Amino acid sequence: MRLDDPWDDASASGWEELDGAGGLAPARVPGPAAPRDGHSAADIYLEVQRSEAFQEVRRRYRRFVVPATVAFLVWYLAYVVTAVTAPGLMARPVAGAVNVAMVAGLGQFLTTFLLTGAYARHARLRRDRAALDLRWETQEMTRGAGR
Amino acid sequence: MSGHHQTLALLLFSVFIAVTLAITTWVSRNRHGSAEEFYAGGRLFSPMENGFAIAGDYMSAASFLGISGLIALFGYDGMLYSVGFLVAWLVVLLLVAELVRNCGRFTLADVVAARMAERPVRIAAGTSSVTVSVLYLVAQMVGAGSLVALLLGGTSGAARSWTVIGVGALMVVYVSLGGMRATTWIQIVKAVLLMAGTVTLTVLVLVHFHGNINELLHSAAGHSGYGKDFLSPGLRYGGSWTARIDFISLGLALVLGTAGLPHILSRFYTVPTARAARRSVVWSIGLIGSFYLMTIVLGFGAAALVGTADVRESNPAGNTAVPLLAMVLGGGEGSTGGTILFAVVAAVAFATILAVVAGITLASSASVAHDLYASLKRPGGKQHSEVAVARVAAAGIGVAAIGLGLLAQDLNVAFLVGLAFAVAASANLPVLLYSLFWRNFTTRGAVWSVYGGLIPAILLVLLSPVVSGSPASLFPGADFQVFPLENPGLVSIPLGFLAGWIGTVTAGEPPDAAKHAEIEVRAMTGAGAV
Repeated sequence: MRLDDPWDDASASGWEELDGAGGLAPARVPGPAAPRDGHSAADIYLEVQRSEAFQEVRRRYRRFVVPATVAFLVWYLAYVVTAVTAPGLMARPVAGAVNVAMVAGLGQFLTTFLLTGAYARHARLRRDRAALDLRWETQEMTRGAGR
Repeated sequence: MSGHHQTLALLLFSVFIAVTLAITTWVSRNRHGSAEEFYAGGRLFSPMENGFAIAGDYMSAASFLGISGLIALFGYDGMLYSVGFLVAWLVVLLLVAELVRNCGRFTLADVVAARMAERPVRIAAGTSSVTVSVLYLVAQMVGAGSLVALLLGGTSGAARSWTVIGVGALMVVYVSLGGMRATTWIQIVKAVLLMAGTVTLTVLVLVHFHGNINELLHSAAGHSGYGKDFLSPGLRYGGSWTARIDFISLGLALVLGTAGLPHILSRFYTVPTARAARRSVVWSIGLIGSFYLMTIVLGFGAAALVGTADVRESNPAGNTAVPLLAMVLGGGEGSTGGTILFAVVAAVAFATILAVVAGITLASSASVAHDLYASLKRPGGKQHSEVAVARVAAAGIGVAAIGLGLLAQDLNVAFLVGLAFAVAASANLPVLLYSLFWRNFTTRGAVWSVYGGLIPAILLVLLSPVVSGSPASLFPGADFQVFPLENPGLVSIPLGFLAGWIGTVTAGEPPDAAKHAEIEVRAMTGAGAV
């Protein structure tokens, strides 16, 4: 039913070489990929969750997302709190009519765009391939497994 | 406003209505009536299409007219809104979009129910989703009524009432006949129109100042009547410490609320994979970010070219700043250019309201049919009846929104929007983040975190100066004001997170490790996602 799978388009995989061969962990899940009798879907998900390949995908996601989220929330809250507590500082002129407040506000726009780009690039290069492999692997294993 | 504007604006309104009705008929010509199709449009939209649709859903009339109007009135303090509305998308991009696409089917409750006891969680999340949607919907309806009446010259009560009724009837038609596919295409058309209109006006403002931003800012400060103060914070949120803390509260609600808005969450299900969901958010951040940058130019442009005093005289809330600016840019009142530009802006604003209203109606009808009805109905009901329920629910919500919209006609719209964001951030976001990231989260924690955010948010508003105790409040005669802030977010958002945590640690039920493994593997890889 899925005609063209966006996981597999050219731009998704074309840049991987730049990242170095070591950048992408082998996404093999330890253990046989064939469905086994007596294994429920719950067992399989637990097994995949414990696998090194999955832990690596999750680690890469969290290593980017946790610091990034903390950083932009702190930067945004600092901006809002400074605007209400230190309007004098914010009114200090920088160049012509442009003052600190203007620069900070436009800085918020700039950091949002930059972080969006960085996250999209990181996910594309460091996560998508391994996650896709794990996805097929897991679906292969759960096929025919009782729930 | 002369008769020419009205005729041209009405003509453009009618063209937009005709085009959107054609889209609705076209996409519903060979529908199968499946839930997948009605709620998620068949999940086959491309990231770019969905990115435009998300942007269309998000850029409401409050953004287009409201923010630039606030900038025209209060200068820099209006700009703080655009920053909050945009930064919120980082929460959506980094923490929510991909994982929600992988874990859910149609609604917020799907994600939570995947790990928890289904019934109580669905009822809780469904209730809060419907509450958020209805608040947002009424804000849009009230906005539609006053805006269109204003743009068409009269501020008569009859014109406003008929606008509210007309908008409500149209949205019921779009949603119940066309489902998500029609709603998405209407959003895309609207987003393109809105971007085109905004780019045109921005270019005209910049051309007028020969591309010299410094001159634009100087001129805006000069014509605002505030001088240099216009360009720094403090004009609106400077006075008392209550006002300042109120602004921090609003800022928190804006940045955390977006990720809990039901009509935004349901957009991630219209694309085939999590990767496509991520790419649609990247598209929408690009569109929304450039849009808000342009509203800043338009706001300062209106202050410079129209003048803050004239903007305030036309509409005390500043909502007509952009239409007035369009008139000046086109050559002033009575000129052909001014007439055309004014009518175009009016038509774009009308298209915006219709599209946003349709998107919210669809999301709330999904919550009613998929979460509340499915949980509360007697077992053994008919299998295919859910979409039929959703169509009826869309009509019911339409009627309710028309009724509330008529009742609430004199309410301050900005406060309703801020309240919707605060409720979304207090009730929907904690349960969503806990479900996705907390290993030990339990059913009781999920239910507590929804009600623990929802109830305080609404109670605090009832006890705030918005409802009673000041001349500008809903009931100026009564005084049961206890809570000093207009926006409850600063208190209710931490309460939502706290209630979820307390509910979980006191539950005593061991967390289900297998279900947590399943949701984590699904979230990260997309295995088993629909």
